[in-house]
Amino acid sequence: MKGWTRDEIAARAALDIPDGAYVNLGIGQPERVADLMPPDREIMLHSENGILGMGKAPAFEDRDMELINAGKKPVTLVPGGAFFHHADSFAMIRGRHIDVCILGAFEVTCAGDIANWSSGGNAPPAVGGAMDLVAGAREVRVIMSHRTAQGRPKLIEQLTLPATGRAVVKRVYTELAVMDPAGDYFKLVELAPGIHLDALEQATGAPVSAG
Amino acid sequence: MIDKRCATIAQALHDVHDGATILISGFGEAGNPTELIHALIEQGARDLTVVNNNAGNGEIGLALLLKQRRVRKIVCSFPRGSHGHVFDELYHARQIELELVPQGTLAERIRAAGAGIPAFYTATGAGTEIANGKETRTFGGREYLMETAIHADFALIKAERADRWGNLVYNKAARNFAPVMAMAAATTIVQARHVVEPGELDPEAIVTPSIFVDRIVHVPDPVRESDHLAALDKERAS
Repeated sequence: MKGWTRDEIAARAALDIPDGAYVNLGIGQPERVADLMPPDREIMLHSENGILGMGKAPAFEDRDMELINAGKKPVTLVPGGAFFHHADSFAMIRGRHIDVCILGAFEVTCAGDIANWSSGGNAPPAVGGAMDLVAGAREVRVIMSHRTAQGRPKLIEQLTLPATGRAVVKRVYTELAVMDPAGDYFKLVELAPGIHLDALEQATGAPVSAG
Repeated sequence: MIDKRCATIAQALHDVHDGATILISGFGEAGNPTELIHALIEQGARDLTVVNNNAGNGEIGLALLLKQRRVRKIVCSFPRGSHGHVFDELYHARQIELELVPQGTLAERIRAAGAGIPAFYTATGAGTEIANGKETRTFGGREYLMETAIHADFALIKAERADRWGNLVYNKAARNFAPVMAMAAATTIVQARHVVEPGELDPEAIVTPSIFVDRIVHVPDPVRESDHLAALDKERAS
């Protein structure tokens, strides 16, 4: 079972962002969306560390470590971009000015619950801006792998890890499919090429409806 | 005459006491006042509570302060880094206390202290483990947590340009927490790459007005954490 590559998932998520949207990208797989935006739209990327108008990753020799994204990787500023301090940056988030945020996740449930800050084990928990984003962004979407490295489903009915937020996730992009949490099931939006519905159902720890 | 410039970095940090609460600016590498932190290591204060977004990277700046066992407690949102082994080891050995705070709540708790607001309500963290032990209140049918201001004895921050009165301008995303931290500490100490005379900074572009700044140290060529991390990687690979 293969499905979409990481870049194809990011490009698929980018395709759903409307022209004119203000968008925040979380750490990890969502960062890639910045480089794969559809060229026909003007989309303003917000980075929680004080950037509006975040551009693509620079060439290695043009790196400036005082111009980095939430994942601490070098980025650029588009013409017309702006810098601001952290309290203003999170006023944009908490004050419901961000139209869409795309986060990574350990687990998402069919009710839209998300866990992405504590693995529950010995590793120190790390919340960053995730709780602010799920509480404040107008729409929360997730890019994640469909299963753990051990093959256990990460799209499930009940969280096994501490929640970041409840009933907040509206859409999930994985290597197998695009799905919307719909209460007690995931509603299938699109299957990745070569993936059959029964394989998707088997890889998912909650009911999937194609209807 | 107002002149907040200090002749030496040691002079700027001379009165940091054991047990002090210290705000340290920076997000990842951007905006870390590494030279001030190294001077704090030299100065010797211990049993510190440090507030920073992260918990240090490599063995430089905040990570080095932790490694020297000078920090009793760290308040941060994301104690994880590409080279976060110093904090990890202390955390697993239970030799450091961690208060994990969502990033926006961290920034606002610091801003609140600087603005004279003792507490505020936020939806961030409601219904999660972060809410444990916190007062909650419902506004318009939604649950909010009460979060309290974070006051500090000292703030150590990095600016691009300062004038001798303490007006500050930052560089790109290195601004991050510095403006709110400058407001929230009893004593705010700045390391600036350029120090100029009053009137040289565009008043429309000043980000931190001088009233929030107490001491300025000129550090024209600050160390780059990324160079240190690259050297650390090279050392490990060989």
